[in-house]
Amino acid sequence: MEYYLSLFIRTVFVENMALAFFLGMCTFLAVSKKISAAFGLGVAVVVVQVITVPVNNLLVTYVLADGALSWAGLPDVDLSFLGLITYIGVIAALVQILEMVLDKYVPVLYNALGVFLPLITVNCAILGSSLFMVERDYNFAESVVFGAGSGVGWALAITALAGIREKMKYSDVPEGLRGLGITFIIVGLMSLGFMSFGGIDL
Amino acid sequence: MKTKELLITPLLRNNPITLQILGICSALAVTSQLSVTLVMCIALTVVAALSCFFVSIVRNHIPGNIRIIVQMTIIASLVILVDQVLKAVAYDISRQLSVFVGLIITNCIVMGRCEAFAMKNPPLPSLLDGIGNGLGYSIILIGVAVVRELLGSGSLLGYNILPVASEGGWYVPNGLLLLPPSAFFIIGLMIWGIRVWDKSQVEEADFEMQPNTKAAQEA
Repeated sequence: MEYYLSLFIRTVFVENMALAFFLGMCTFLAVSKKISAAFGLGVAVVVVQVITVPVNNLLVTYVLADGALSWAGLPDVDLSFLGLITYIGVIAALVQILEMVLDKYVPVLYNALGVFLPLITVNCAILGSSLFMVERDYNFAESVVFGAGSGVGWALAITALAGIREKMKYSDVPEGLRGLGITFIIVGLMSLGFMSFGGIDL
Repeated sequence: MKTKELLITPLLRNNPITLQILGICSALAVTSQLSVTLVMCIALTVVAALSCFFVSIVRNHIPGNIRIIVQMTIIASLVILVDQVLKAVAYDISRQLSVFVGLIITNCIVMGRCEAFAMKNPPLPSLLDGIGNGLGYSIILIGVAVVRELLGSGSLLGYNILPVASEGGWYVPNGLLLLPPSAFFIIGLMIWGIRVWDKSQVEEADFEMQPNTKAAQEA
């Protein structure tokens, strides 16, 4: 239990998807003007992460990895080169299914998330964590924790950035830096702040 | 649009990174060494150009509501191709790029240009648009990588340019530039520079500052 807790804390703070690995930056910068929108997107990312990373983990272990098809009587088959297309297929399909399920059973959440759900397919944080999961050989339980942690970390970072940007609009920024430029510099400073978590060994 | 415009405008006037906010993730993570950056730029330009080309060829046969998945499939197949080629030809660099080659799939430049341009235009202009945007991405990335590698470790492409103090030279490398956050500052300053040069890119202010002295009010 302790191991999983420390893995969770590490993925949320030390190895934050947005501020330590810079994944999901496009949506991170584009959808962080309002706290409410940023929070909605954050929640959607957490939900998708918790589902996709474990599903991809199962696929890797039982279908794609070298010799993984031995349960089907094909011990010599190595499908790992199909990895990328499988992960993105799983993500796109799951986002689509999630959209339909939410629309039918939880319309409140569906309306709150709005356009952000389809956008998640192209969020590199999602594909990135599936790829990291493969690279680090996580088992099923670890991949659930890692998915949840990376989602929560990303949600935390985008909500914090949206908070700063809401305050920032009252400040007098030099003309050329206004908007995107100053946002880059803020994110740089935030990421320096998050680097202080680095080296914490849990 | 003319051929020349398709290639030139994405370089500075309509740059994918500094104006369209596309493809930023990899711009930050792979720029600490120039050689790695160059490989990434070539990979992205190839994928962007070819996927725009192929999407444009089949654009009239794709039903609207599954177009994202079709585009994804085309892009993902091309990325797998690039990934396998890199693993075979330049294994060390492909290890350093780690997950970022795979992440070209979700690189918003590729998706964004397919969706915005290739779905509405014939194959040849789409190919050029893909190349142009790939080059626009490359210009920014190479700029960032040159600053980071030169000032961060005193070398370019592995060759020593500034003699480093620890080896008897005069230059003390700035370690901050090797850390990822420095890429944010460099891109932020680049955006500032581009917008000083091209005023039309400056964003509207949400609030106007009230002048705080009598003289400023009258002026």
